Amino acid sequence: MLLQQLLNGLVVGGVYALFAVGFNLIFGIQRFLNLAHGAVFMTGAFVAYYTVEAGGPLILGFLAAIIISGLLSVLIEIVCFRRLRKSGDAEFGAILSSMGASLVIMTVWQWISKTQVVRFPFDTVPVVIFRFWGLRVSLLQVIMMVAAVVIVMIMAWFLYRTSFGRQVRAVTDNEKAATLVGVNPNRTYSLTYFISGALAGAAGVLVGLAFNNINYMMGEPYLLFGFAIIILGGLGSIPGALLASLIFGMGQTLAIAYLPSGLTTAFIFSAMFLILLVKPTGLMGREEAGILRGRR
Amino acid sequence: MLDIADLEVRYDGIVALRGVSLTVGAGEVVALIGPNGAGKSTLINTISGLVSAASGTIHVGGEDFTHLRPWTISAKGVLQVPEGRQVFSDMTVLENLQLGATALRGRPSDLDVKDVFELFPILQERSTQLAGSLSGGQQQMLAIGRALMGAPKLLLLDEPSLGLAPVVISQVFAALRTLKEKGMTILLIEQNATLALDLSNRAYILDQGRIVLSGNSADLAADEGVVAHYLGVDAEV
Repeated sequence: MLLQQLLNGLVVGGVYALFAVGFNLIFGIQRFLNLAHGAVFMTGAFVAYYTVEAGGPLILGFLAAIIISGLLSVLIEIVCFRRLRKSGDAEFGAILSSMGASLVIMTVWQWISKTQVVRFPFDTVPVVIFRFWGLRVSLLQVIMMVAAVVIVMIMAWFLYRTSFGRQVRAVTDNEKAATLVGVNPNRTYSLTYFISGALAGAAGVLVGLAFNNINYMMGEPYLLFGFAIIILGGLGSIPGALLASLIFGMGQTLAIAYLPSGLTTAFIFSAMFLILLVKPTGLMGREEAGILRGRR
Repeated sequence: MLDIADLEVRYDGIVALRGVSLTVGAGEVVALIGPNGAGKSTLINTISGLVSAASGTIHVGGEDFTHLRPWTISAKGVLQVPEGRQVFSDMTVLENLQLGATALRGRPSDLDVKDVFELFPILQERSTQLAGSLSGGQQQMLAIGRALMGAPKLLLLDEPSLGLAPVVISQVFAALRTLKEKGMTILLIEQNATLALDLSNRAYILDQGRIVLSGNSADLAADEGVVAHYLGVDAEV
């Protein structure tokens, strides 16, 4: 039973990781909290739903969700952040402008979905259950886990093994120096936002499938969880966000299984509070957070 | 190679450069000296496109560079070694050098990482270390090496001796002399006027945003009036 819960938690944590890694990537590179990240996530779920609803296969819906969420995220950077960034000290401005973007996106989807909760048609993912060692794993869980692992690995490969990824890290490290070696920071930022949005969109589809509940407000709790996760993992740290997502997912699943239902959130945030009491920079945070550290 | 005419730059209403004209010939090392706040860094950052010119023109190799974006200027082979090194401190020495090659954008280069290691052997020893863990002198060498990886046709150096110990300064300047002998075109900003005049063929003295004097470096260094007036204490170091 415990093992089963841990496994379920791992799956949930994998999806959180997709959400939180993208959220933290933007914080790491620009020091902005993108409060529209939850709305991008929700957009991914809707795009996949409407693709499937129109008769497309799920994999097409998934790809469409990734691409459209990525592009939406790029648009958010251009509209909400680019001018603010040029003005210098803009952390608070960015919070407000991305909150505004979030409201606009939510309102658009509220209008399109007519404020209805929508669900993927039954059997979008066939109900297949695998059993081994007394554990029970559904095909959907396998898909969620594989998608999360593959997507995070592609992102890590891109950031650490390609010259374009090296440029992204260079801009994060020192924007002026990156410009002087011929890197166009705007293009690099657009690319980073695309990756971030694509990850969120993928998470949105997986959550939409897992809970079979897609609505225009679904991004909000994830924004809160994502926020808690990146603080727990260390602001700006990608490995930290991964680790914290898995801990968070498992903690949440265990709390749901073994504690009175009203206490779940209280338990999770208390645990987070305790960890931060011991390690204020987060699990893998540094004084000046993360592998993708801020500019000097 | 570099041809600047009547350049004027303003920051928030303050005039930083007033009608500066300056040339650097191919294969020439030209020093730009002057007191703090004279506008030396502003000039070099305007050439790099980080600061925009209010009026005047900048031509490199006959091409108008005045309003190009900074990454385009770097990609065309005008490379700056910025003040304070500005290495990518969370990345390895090797990655820093590889990033320097970004500026090539398909331009041919007759120099690779091995040549940089030959010029600065210490960088080879440290190639897998994070650049932020290097000493100031090593970071300066890395910053120069990084610029060299982009095959500069004009190398802009902003205060390469700043904050370095004398023994390290002489290592850095020995490397710059090697580059000079290989025919590199260099515009050097330097607070240490003695060093700058020693390395360069010609020099300009900038004061309060104007070129107040220019000439052969040897003549300027020999002119006691110049030494006393513009080079001050630095000249005695």
